[in-house]
Amino acid sequence: MKPLLIQGGQIIDPSQGLDASGSLLISDGKISWLGKGEEAPPQSGYEILDAKGLVVCPGFIDLHCHLRQPGDEEKETIATGTRAAARGGFTTVCCMPNTSPPLDNQTAIEFIKSKAATEGTVRVLPIGCISKGRKGTELAEMGELASAGVIAFSDDGEPVPSSYLMRQALDYSRAFDLPVIDHCEDKALTEGGQMNEGVISTKLGLRGMPSAAEEIAIARDLALAELTGGRLHIAHVTSEGSVELIRRAKEKGINISTEVTPHHLTLTEERVLDYDTNAKVNPPLRTKRDIKALIQGLNDNTLDIIATDHAPHTEADKLCEFDLAPFGISGFETALGSLMSLVHSGKLELVTLITKLTHEPAKIIGNKYDKLGTLAIGTPADITIFDPNREWVVEPKDFASKGKNTPLAGERLKGRVMATIYGGNLVYKDSSIKVKEK
Amino acid sequence: MRATQTKPKVETTPTWRHHHILDLDDFTREEIELVFQTTRAMKEILSRPIKRVPTLRGKTIVTLFYEPSTRTRLSFELAAKYLSADVVNLNASVSSVAKGESLIDTLGTLQALGADIIVIRHPHSGAPYIAARHIEASIVNAGDGWHAHPTQALLDLYTLYEHKANLNGLKAVIIGDIMHSRVARSNIWGLTTMGIGVTLCCPPTLLPIGLGEEQLPPVKIEPNIELALDGADMVMTLRLQLERQKSGLLPSIREYINLYQLTEARLARAKPDALVFHPGPVNEGVEISPTVAHGPQSVIKEQVANGVAVRMALLYLLTGGHKQ
Repeated sequence: MKPLLIQGGQIIDPSQGLDASGSLLISDGKISWLGKGEEAPPQSGYEILDAKGLVVCPGFIDLHCHLRQPGDEEKETIATGTRAAARGGFTTVCCMPNTSPPLDNQTAIEFIKSKAATEGTVRVLPIGCISKGRKGTELAEMGELASAGVIAFSDDGEPVPSSYLMRQALDYSRAFDLPVIDHCEDKALTEGGQMNEGVISTKLGLRGMPSAAEEIAIARDLALAELTGGRLHIAHVTSEGSVELIRRAKEKGINISTEVTPHHLTLTEERVLDYDTNAKVNPPLRTKRDIKALIQGLNDNTLDIIATDHAPHTEADKLCEFDLAPFGISGFETALGSLMSLVHSGKLELVTLITKLTHEPAKIIGNKYDKLGTLAIGTPADITIFDPNREWVVEPKDFASKGKNTPLAGERLKGRVMATIYGGNLVYKDSSIKVKEK
Repeated sequence: MRATQTKPKVETTPTWRHHHILDLDDFTREEIELVFQTTRAMKEILSRPIKRVPTLRGKTIVTLFYEPSTRTRLSFELAAKYLSADVVNLNASVSSVAKGESLIDTLGTLQALGADIIVIRHPHSGAPYIAARHIEASIVNAGDGWHAHPTQALLDLYTLYEHKANLNGLKAVIIGDIMHSRVARSNIWGLTTMGIGVTLCCPPTLLPIGLGEEQLPPVKIEPNIELALDGADMVMTLRLQLERQKSGLLPSIREYINLYQLTEARLARAKPDALVFHPGPVNEGVEISPTVAHGPQSVIKEQVANGVAVRMALLYLLTGGHKQ
């Protein structure tokens, strides 16, 4: 394959503290040269992708998504999910193990890896279960899962119900230096819940889920992380109270990392007002006040990364009574466009946004497989190229994902992925992007 | 023909905008008054020896009930029949959803069969809204989950209106399980729209969260029943579901009776001409004492009777009767 020159873009790579106009050369699937300004590469014989006016950054990494395979292939497969990821600018996605059967053993992990190798468009890193069968009673064989290549453990979709099991999980996993990701929810407070508990749930007559349910579970996990010294990663943080708890724990030096989703950063519970089942998600969309705290948390590094929690469902799944609809938003293909609204409104620096999508999640995954989330010379050429100012209208029917379940249908977003390069291959490009021979 | 004669420019009745009746949160005072006027005309029909007019001849009305109901379904059925509509009653079960028959499928079938109005009762909040988004027929919400029961609230308001010359400035007290009550929610919208002050009285565990915030109508909250009833013009008690004790919201039904039952002694705190409402079915001896339920201030039977007339009025208005 001919080398490819990404020419004349704004190169932003937080891992190297880089933010400058310049060009990048990709040879043999790796980044081989980086030149500033008008500088031309030392060799000839390459193709050129004109990136003028575009941002060039490390490929996005999503630490939290649902690819639904095996078991729910009508909702998504590794093939469709990774194509959707590529369209969203993600070159690495970590899939949650709440499939059927769940990813709680080596064979299941091997299945994911082989499917990803043959049908995947981008890198898939599996997450293994914390407990056998995700039942929340006994630990899964974490050592075997670790040697099979999982990058973390999680029973996501369900919280780890017992403090005892969570303690053992955080403790036992220390042997493999892998994080334990908890979906923090005190189920006694959310039983039958459909949306955030508050004025809107009262207006709609829907059973609410109070923020306190999340905060109680986070407080427990923080105490257990402190007790064990294990690596705790808190999935999808949504409330002001949660941000405060985490901030205090980080000040104490407890070993934790945290994530927040694009939808919790940009949408409020008011999205549910029309009983829009596409806005039904767990944890639920909360309030303006929570959004403010989440953005502040991103800016002061209380919240480390942004992860999509991409949760595709079929149209039939969502076309029903609100109480009966499953939770989840299809998130890969709208992530950047949604998040850029925070940059355009001045609430988040562009470089912070990119850090939270690249360098920070790479730090959580570590360097066991490849050095990810960087444009450093010699690393895999995983690159996202986007136009921060390009406006577009969300048309779910155009999604590569099988999940058309987005509350953003028909909305205008500003900021669009123009090309995605994974391991040196152009795996997605907008029709306006031309690659020409030098 | 004297069609050329100029009519005096007086706005007599407001325009009816509703294609569906989903809740009272989008009703104006004028629209509620139009329902009152139309109901009065319907009551006149009901007082005739032959209670039937041809107004809705050729219209098909389906009642689609996913929850058991006696009075509401019967009330709609009679209302439709008195107006000469064809009525079909369908008792559906939410459990059939598991067999692949979704709400949307069922509604699509009813529409294909020619239903003009679908009256829907559903255990899940919002189901009529989902129906209205996918269906061209008019949807009438006959109660959805905890959310709304607009025709009940309108018949309550009409019953009050028959007794009180002026609704503005009256005091209404709603006592009981507000959190799980669609009747309370719709009444709060309707009463406040008509300028009636609303006081809610219940154990704090049965009070919905977020009251007093902007998106909801203004209400007063008074957990002490004696204080709540002071000077009330309208007192509404709500049915207490006995499972509320099991789910830990109440220590015991006995304590609930001690603290919240509407008794004669407590009712004496209200105005002497205060009216007592209950949406039914009544748990006599739980939320209300039998002597109050059957006492001189009770309008519980009038509510039921007015229910038919109010629903006749609504069916008439929905089929465009007002414009003719």
